[in-house]
Amino acid sequence: MADTLVKTIAGITTEKTEELIAETLKDMPEKAAKKRAAHLVANEPQSAKCAIKSNKKVVPGVMSQRGCAYAGAKGVVWGPIRDMVHVSHGPVGCGVYSWGTRRNLMQGIPGVTSFPLDFTSDFQERDIVYGGDKKLETLLREADELFPLNKGLSVLSECPVGLIGDDINAVTKKMEAELGKFVVPCNCEGFRGVSQSLGHHISNDSIRDHVIGKREFSEPAGPYDVALIGDYNIGGDVWAAKPILEEIGLNVKSVWTGDGEIEKIAATGQVKLNLIHCYRSMNYMCKVMEEKWGIPWLEYNFFGPTKIEESLRAIAERFDDTIRQKVEEVIARYRPQMDRVLNEYRPRLEGKTAMLFVGGLRPRHTVGAYEDLGIEITGSGYEFAHQDDYDRTAPELARGTLIYDDVSEFELEKFVEKLKPDLVGSGIKEKYVFQKAGIPFRQMHSWDYSGPYHGYEGFKIFARDIDMAINSPTWSLVKAPF
Amino acid sequence: MSTTTALKPMTEHSAAEIERVKDWINSEDYKEKNFAREALVINPAHACQPLGAQLVAHGFAGSLPFVHGSQGCASYFRSTFSRHFREPAAATSDAMTEDGAVFGGQNNLFEGLENAYALYRPSIMPIFTTCMPEVIGDDLTAFTRNAKQKGHIPEDLPTPYANTPSFNGTHIHGYDAMLKAILEYLADGKKTDGNDNGKLYLIPGFDGNTANLREYKRYLQMMGVPCTLLADISEVFDSPCDGTYRLYAGGTPLDEAADAVNARATISLMKYCTPNTLKWLEGNSVGTSIDLPLPMGIRNTDAFLMKVSELFDMPIPAELKAERGRAVDAMTDAHQYLHGKKFAVAGDPDYLLGIVTFLLEMGAIPYHILCSRSTKKFRKEMEALLATSPLYGALGTVYINKDLWHMRSLCMTDPVDAIIGDTHCKWVARDAKIPLFRVGFPIIDRVNLHRTPVIGYQGAINLLTMMVNKFLDTVDETCEDQWFEMMR
Repeated sequence: MADTLVKTIAGITTEKTEELIAETLKDMPEKAAKKRAAHLVANEPQSAKCAIKSNKKVVPGVMSQRGCAYAGAKGVVWGPIRDMVHVSHGPVGCGVYSWGTRRNLMQGIPGVTSFPLDFTSDFQERDIVYGGDKKLETLLREADELFPLNKGLSVLSECPVGLIGDDINAVTKKMEAELGKFVVPCNCEGFRGVSQSLGHHISNDSIRDHVIGKREFSEPAGPYDVALIGDYNIGGDVWAAKPILEEIGLNVKSVWTGDGEIEKIAATGQVKLNLIHCYRSMNYMCKVMEEKWGIPWLEYNFFGPTKIEESLRAIAERFDDTIRQKVEEVIARYRPQMDRVLNEYRPRLEGKTAMLFVGGLRPRHTVGAYEDLGIEITGSGYEFAHQDDYDRTAPELARGTLIYDDVSEFELEKFVEKLKPDLVGSGIKEKYVFQKAGIPFRQMHSWDYSGPYHGYEGFKIFARDIDMAINSPTWSLVKAPF
Repeated sequence: MSTTTALKPMTEHSAAEIERVKDWINSEDYKEKNFAREALVINPAHACQPLGAQLVAHGFAGSLPFVHGSQGCASYFRSTFSRHFREPAAATSDAMTEDGAVFGGQNNLFEGLENAYALYRPSIMPIFTTCMPEVIGDDLTAFTRNAKQKGHIPEDLPTPYANTPSFNGTHIHGYDAMLKAILEYLADGKKTDGNDNGKLYLIPGFDGNTANLREYKRYLQMMGVPCTLLADISEVFDSPCDGTYRLYAGGTPLDEAADAVNARATISLMKYCTPNTLKWLEGNSVGTSIDLPLPMGIRNTDAFLMKVSELFDMPIPAELKAERGRAVDAMTDAHQYLHGKKFAVAGDPDYLLGIVTFLLEMGAIPYHILCSRSTKKFRKEMEALLATSPLYGALGTVYINKDLWHMRSLCMTDPVDAIIGDTHCKWVARDAKIPLFRVGFPIIDRVNLHRTPVIGYQGAINLLTMMVNKFLDTVDETCEDQWFEMMR
């Protein structure tokens, strides 16, 4: 990566970007501007360390788009595991708002073998006063009785639980012994940490302490056993990614956690290689498994044909000639399909620009897919990334590209107004702000109710969606002729 | 590989076992166990207080809702509104974290108010709380006063606040608390001695249907009754796409809100959303403050118009009478398609009462009526409404503090023809293989339903059209060839 050419974009320079940042900050209160200044930079692709500050507290009042630790635990890590009952432990709201709103699709029979439901202890005043441990114990029993084929239960704490001094860990320990299946505590109260990111980490800790190394696969281990880490099956992403890995001869033994199965996750210690897509939310798990069982891990990127090919070849290098050969066959098989997609859409999108603001992976991982379509990224940033994410981002973007961490609505509006991208890719809270202004937009957390976007099949849909967003005739109606 | 502990094998469920459970969850036996639940809530049809507070807060001109507590809550509320309305929902929070839990949230509030005011220049910042400051006991009276004394925000910036703990009540109670707080704040010292301002003040309640609000305003305009809609989200959450993003796209003007205490009359159309607000108005305003049923169906709409006519001594215009006639025409023409059809209905108390009224007018049967958190008072009122109709209403059963998983058991063991409720009901509808008519909040899987009124005469026509045509579509799509015919 170090020796790739440094990208540039016509009209984008470090000086101009720094000017834009300064201009934006000058309208902010001094203290806030000082804090925010460190989170906004012009990209320098060749520096080893991106000069941005990240993973810091939200500046109060600026209208951050961030969520909380619970959101990171329930929405991201635990929720997608399909054969578990996930209990939102605390008041009713958190579970309701996160029910079915992340699009982590799952197989199974709902209520029988899969549980895309909202389970909650619906805390009342008396639970705050007297504590909710007893209630938790009862409800875990009730859940197990009503959903007997569940393979485990997770308990995800909401804010009050940690504040009133409940001990969910004692309850889950007792209930795990009683029920004879996984009963996992996750102390992911929303006030912990600075963003969703700590929720991922707390969940990783729970998996480390309570899940991994506790099961074994039914089949004997093979040389091509891998696990897919950090693919949450948004809009069916896993179902577009897993078949490619199988086509190149690998045996995907478990998926973390999209359409995931808890016992397979628990047996992942037996695989030969961990393949990680969302580095932010799961890299710690790879490191744990590496340390514990010596399992190597590899980051890959399945957005767009360029990155898919690059990633497949890198994966092949971890195996033998059989896999290497199959990888080349797969690449050759799909290239004509991908060329057809590019021939159709690239002429319609060439030279367009886009700005991104997403979670912990896509602001860099999707860059290649846009570029495959001829779209340049003029601004990118993360809700909850850390330094290592930004270090991985810098080389992917052009020199001088605006990078923003935990951007506020105020800042993003200014940036978009100035850079005038043809598309903004971000979340539901940002979507209509920009669409009102007549700027095409795609939700890049949820794939805007479309997807999958991963893999070869996903790219076909991605290309179609980006084209329809930018080229929809509806945008020409925005300005009234009178 | 670790060798310290023996690894357990995978748990396998046989196909027969899966089939058994699949059938079992539809059974009477399961229903009994399901209804015996004491602690676990599954698929509730209600949300938490601050969501309702935020909806109210959005409904005032230049208002920036301010969440005192965890930032994640603010993001959840904003996302929920944006998904439902497909509109921006600007709100901010002071992002309390662990240190806030230890030292209280005053510093966060100071910084949050200062930044929010500087960046977004609101005319009012209604403040409401999440669980966290409620558990630790933050004193918002002192905090907001201190914020002004220390110059973080101007002294004259309205900062009404409401305590909205999520472990108490639901979104409709947050609605009440915030509305009362805003009126109390704005109207402080504004009450005149006896002379009312000649206006009607209307409280729509927690309604995710912007077209309903527009419809109220249209009626009152037609009647020539000067009116202010309180917490008016109709423009805020249904703003034009014309190339300009408006951070503050409408809402009740603050001076009009401040004058609420001098209204000739105030009517709440969702009394379960406004008990404390109405009570406060009764004691602190010049005019009369009353509640009326949500005007769904013909009779409730009649009652609303007649009451307004009586209060303001203005006749109901002929055009409205003609509208009524057209709605009744639609209902008589299409009665055969809904008569005797059984419905399961889930939602908030006021909406439920409105929907049931409409169903009874059509000769349909409101069969399973479920409110996932409410009071015995509501149950009594609903039962009284059902009792007014021995033929259609008497068959219905009211369930309070039961959730949509209970609803599933009801619909699987004692089937109905359709469900009326918000998007969350779609799981039951799918399992029961019946249509879901989306009425309520949130609707996050269909477009424009918030732009289609369900109140008033036009609302009755709209509901009727949605339901009847869906039933007829189903007949056309599923009947055998010999029964497929041109006319329906």
